[in-house]
Amino acid sequence: MTKTKYAVDAATRRIRFKRKLKLNLWCWMFMSLAVGFYILFQGYPIICSIQYSLLDWSGMTSNATFIGLQNYKELMHDELFWNAFINSFKYMVMIVPLELAVSLFLAYLLNDEKMKGRGLYRTMYFVPVVTTASVVGIIMIFILGVQGPVNHLLVTLHILKNPINFLGNAKYALPTLVIISLWKDCGTYMIYWLAGLQGVSKDVYEAATIDGANRRQTFFHIVLPLIAPTGGIIAILCAINSLKVFDIVKTMTEGGPYYATDVIATYVYRTAFSSEIGMPRLGYASAAALFFGGAVIIIGILLNAIKDRLQKNVQ
Amino acid sequence: MGKEKKIHIVKSVIKHGLLLCVGFFWIYPFLWMISASFKGQNEFFQNRMGLIPVQPTIDNFIRIWQKADFGTYFINTIIVTAFSVIIVLIMTMMAGYAMGRYKFLGRNLCMAVFLASIAIPLVSTIIPTYEVVKGMNLVGTKLGLILSQAGGAHVIFLLLFTSFFQSVPNELEEASKIDGCNYFQTFFYIMMKLCKPVATTVVIMETIWAWNAFMLPLVLTLNNPSSRTLAVGLYAFKGENTVDWTGIAAGGSIAVIPVIILFVLMQKHFVEGIAGAVKS
Repeated sequence: MTKTKYAVDAATRRIRFKRKLKLNLWCWMFMSLAVGFYILFQGYPIICSIQYSLLDWSGMTSNATFIGLQNYKELMHDELFWNAFINSFKYMVMIVPLELAVSLFLAYLLNDEKMKGRGLYRTMYFVPVVTTASVVGIIMIFILGVQGPVNHLLVTLHILKNPINFLGNAKYALPTLVIISLWKDCGTYMIYWLAGLQGVSKDVYEAATIDGANRRQTFFHIVLPLIAPTGGIIAILCAINSLKVFDIVKTMTEGGPYYATDVIATYVYRTAFSSEIGMPRLGYASAAALFFGGAVIIIGILLNAIKDRLQKNVQ
Repeated sequence: MGKEKKIHIVKSVIKHGLLLCVGFFWIYPFLWMISASFKGQNEFFQNRMGLIPVQPTIDNFIRIWQKADFGTYFINTIIVTAFSVIIVLIMTMMAGYAMGRYKFLGRNLCMAVFLASIAIPLVSTIIPTYEVVKGMNLVGTKLGLILSQAGGAHVIFLLLFTSFFQSVPNELEEASKIDGCNYFQTFFYIMMKLCKPVATTVVIMETIWAWNAFMLPLVLTLNNPSSRTLAVGLYAFKGENTVDWTGIAAGGSIAVIPVIILFVLMQKHFVEGIAGAVKS
């Protein structure tokens, strides 16, 4: 009796195991393409970066010398690196609050489903998002240039006496880039906010109106706390994206004037791929890129922790 | 009653006026660029702000299409975009299917690794990516561009497919198993047809992203101008012809108008995709 029971048990176990094995094999077959591409173009490069960062290597020749942490030591005293590092964070600190506020304002205006022309407005405000950042950057050089339409308008309206070279002036260049990126990406964040706002039911607005709250009060005291969790995620995405900025900076200012808008991406690009400053230095650039990548991940984790803490406090 | 209605009308006129006015300035740079690409050199500097060319001409387009290789750039961009979209679609759809429907060994690990890569900037992997492509002997080729463009995690698309396949009822799958379909056949005959809406979203978003990519094609075509995409081509053109602003505007129009048209026609899918990403 017990013998047959054991045999049956063993058999079912074997069948179950086989089924599980089959399922796992199939699943990994489905995953193989995505995982393969991921390993080839993300996983392996990250590991390579670590190796490169320990080498003195131009990338042009095959002779690379292992120099340990020398690259990192040099980075710590590299003024241009710290300038780019700080610029990246300056850029983030300027753009995140502005971007969140402007996009939330637009989203709140467009959240009314019965509003006429809602689709048209949404399209208009979203168009910059889908256009090529590098192309926009190039066109903006002229639009903001001394001879461009913006200066022309400001001078004709007597707001300015003389045209301002927005991108050529070290004082204005970074804020100008911030404004352009703000405009370029605003549509994305507007859609994020709209997704959050649609989660707020109509009853909430009605209840607020019945209680005699005006639009502003409804927004700040009722709607804002409700969409705050989504807002946290949007803020983190915005912060991380802003640290990745490259296209607009590269095409509009190349990091200039006098490195005033040099961010990490343009710094790494220049050090690794262009020979304007002598031989390219792949090893050294890898160290800079890795150091910065680590900083971005730490920021991401920190912001996430702050968000969770705030959410708990609210509850 | 009448007074309240009046206030309401005034309020909505102000609101629409504001939205339209700001909206006009919002898209002014594109209108300006398109108009400038039809202006002659002289008119460009005389009529700086105007949006309607007095003497429209298509000389700018002919000049850059023939002399500055924008024809080649245009075709390159289409090829690179099309093939990377196909690869990305197939791989995210298959991975999303596995992750959405089954609990297999390593599923959560995969998901965690994919999600974590949102935070890794492209600049941190661009140097070895260049070396990987170089190792395959594909630097400066379109194939190299296509593969590296398709690489990476595509987290949003994975999330969209995963959450879609999670929502498909089990009965469908069981029925197909009874009919004798294996996992692949179930996927091929049933799931692929079901996920068309999500697939459309993914195709449109990836088309726009691949079309607009700049850093990867810039680095991979440094030594081979004939494989440049429009984004990189225009940047190089500006470097070589700093004064030909009408030509630059024409190049910009060629690069930007196709995506704007695609977006306006298919915006529902694009907007839903972005909204879906933040929800999940």
